[in-house]
Amino acid sequence: MKNFNRLDAEQRRAKIYNIVSCIVICLIAFTFLFPLYWIITGSFKTKTEILSSTPVWIPSEWVMTNYENLMSKRSAPLFDFTINALKFNLFGYVFTLGETITITGPTVPAAIRWLVNTVFMSVTSMLLTCLTAAMAGYVLAKKRFFGKTVLFSLIVCAMALPKQVILIPLVREMSALNLYDTIWSVIIPIVGWPFGVFLLKQFAEGIPTEMVEACRIDGASEWRTFTDVMFPMIKPGVGACAIFTFINSWNDYFMQLIMLMGTKELTISVGIATMQGENSTDFGILMAGSALASVPIIIVFLVFQKYFTKGITMGAVKG
Amino acid sequence: MANKKVQYSTKQRRLVIHENVTSYLFLLPFLIFFAGFVLYPMFMCVYTSFFDATMGREDIFIGFQNYKELFQDEVFWIALKNTLVIVVVSVPVTCAFSLWVASVISKMPVAATSAFRCIFYLPVVTGSVAVTMVWKWMFNNYYGIFNYLGKDVLGIMDKNVNWLGDEKYALWCIILILLTTSVGQPIVLYVSALDNVDKSLVEAAEVDGATPKQAFWKIKWPQMMPTTLYILVITTINSFQCFALIQLLTSGGPKNSTMTIMYYIYYSAFKLYRYGYGNAMGVILAIIIAILSAVQFKVGQEK
Repeated sequence: MKNFNRLDAEQRRAKIYNIVSCIVICLIAFTFLFPLYWIITGSFKTKTEILSSTPVWIPSEWVMTNYENLMSKRSAPLFDFTINALKFNLFGYVFTLGETITITGPTVPAAIRWLVNTVFMSVTSMLLTCLTAAMAGYVLAKKRFFGKTVLFSLIVCAMALPKQVILIPLVREMSALNLYDTIWSVIIPIVGWPFGVFLLKQFAEGIPTEMVEACRIDGASEWRTFTDVMFPMIKPGVGACAIFTFINSWNDYFMQLIMLMGTKELTISVGIATMQGENSTDFGILMAGSALASVPIIIVFLVFQKYFTKGITMGAVKG
Repeated sequence: MANKKVQYSTKQRRLVIHENVTSYLFLLPFLIFFAGFVLYPMFMCVYTSFFDATMGREDIFIGFQNYKELFQDEVFWIALKNTLVIVVVSVPVTCAFSLWVASVISKMPVAATSAFRCIFYLPVVTGSVAVTMVWKWMFNNYYGIFNYLGKDVLGIMDKNVNWLGDEKYALWCIILILLTTSVGQPIVLYVSALDNVDKSLVEAAEVDGATPKQAFWKIKWPQMMPTTLYILVITTINSFQCFALIQLLTSGGPKNSTMTIMYYIYYSAFKLYRYGYGNAMGVILAIIIAILSAVQFKVGQEK
């Protein structure tokens, strides 16, 4: 009976603890949301409201001046690409085929160009990563080949090391390849980063080997086995890999900072960061830029949240 | 193994070769990127650390000179100390905080759990630049919200504090922001680990008269050990890599009080163009992280 009383008291205490911690977590969650609220409202505030020492919690009037200022600061072509003339060197004679064409889009505010760059970068690295990682993950999970253990330990080691350590050699490598200060110098290292392979290997391991073998016995080619059997079954994993790569490459500020220089090549994060160097206390412009950089990616995150959570947890098991 | 060597028939051998060739064909696209843009730079990082390398001239071999200079460099020691302070403070706080949050929100209805999980993940998704900009404003000397709260609402300060410009506070401000951007992933991991705990064990313990507290620490906690280990390792790596906050907020100042190794690498390589020196620091950083991760794994596995 006495023991029962103790349990009762204990349970009551647990209940109180639960209620109190719920309230505290709500408060903390509020402070986590606050910076985002402050970015968005800040971007619509007038200059006086931004610079008042007593914070204006809700803007009294919503103005677009910050966005207009941001847009008028710099300009860049919407897109531009160059098709180089083909040059052959045949026994000392140089033949030129076609001519170098540069196509330049209409001039738009630089921030728009930065957004275009960022979207292009994130989408391209996402597609390339998913394709290469799905193929490699499938092979690592289901095939036996020479050097498999070595390759897998290299992958795990690479993941455990800080990515930034390789940035200095990467910059030199990119300039040697003439890719420095192009968006490709950011895309390529992201594709090489082995997290996606690791993730999709975990997924592919969960698929019964019989499925693959049955397919082989039925006479399907290796490629057909991959595209028609394996790929559809690891689709949730590919989704997780896609959204993970998309968000991470959108926010990979350090790499973008050191690889990109020219106004028209910047991504939105680096663009906003350089603007901060020029107008360090014009918080209105900075908030407008931050809103442009973060709201699209937050929407993407909220829409694909389910896959994202899966990616985080799948990558961790047996990690 | 040697004396049990299996004799393959020609057909079998052909199959093995076929398997190897197809495997490598599938791996090829990834391997090109991985070898060319991850493994090669890693090798070059170690290799160049023995050279005096800068822009526009051939590298000069100088042996261990970079490392020698590094260990005599006062700024490097300050950077190492600051980095360790960040790691030592933020890793335990992140782990404990996210465990607590996860244990509370996982008991809520499913919708509430995922809503909270989202909210705590938001600072990560928002991106370091946007997050830094808004915190910079909030910490501002004149227009910042923290000075307003401290002075006018709570009344604990009698004059405005220049949070980021003051040696005493700058590093702590950085740690605070780092904490908000690093708890997202651990919370997601802990929530799913708590979901995966063997329910029958918990129920059995409850039938036997275990209090909720006992059930948590005696039954759930040991089962979550692998997750905790993983979280420790990734949070440690993330705290070592904290860069954007420092580059955008303080640039290592005031008086090197927020100088970290990551920022010092960036500064040596891309402001002073001393690639070899930066690489030597990168090697040291990688060794420190490798040792710490190994220790964490050893300790975790013994438990």
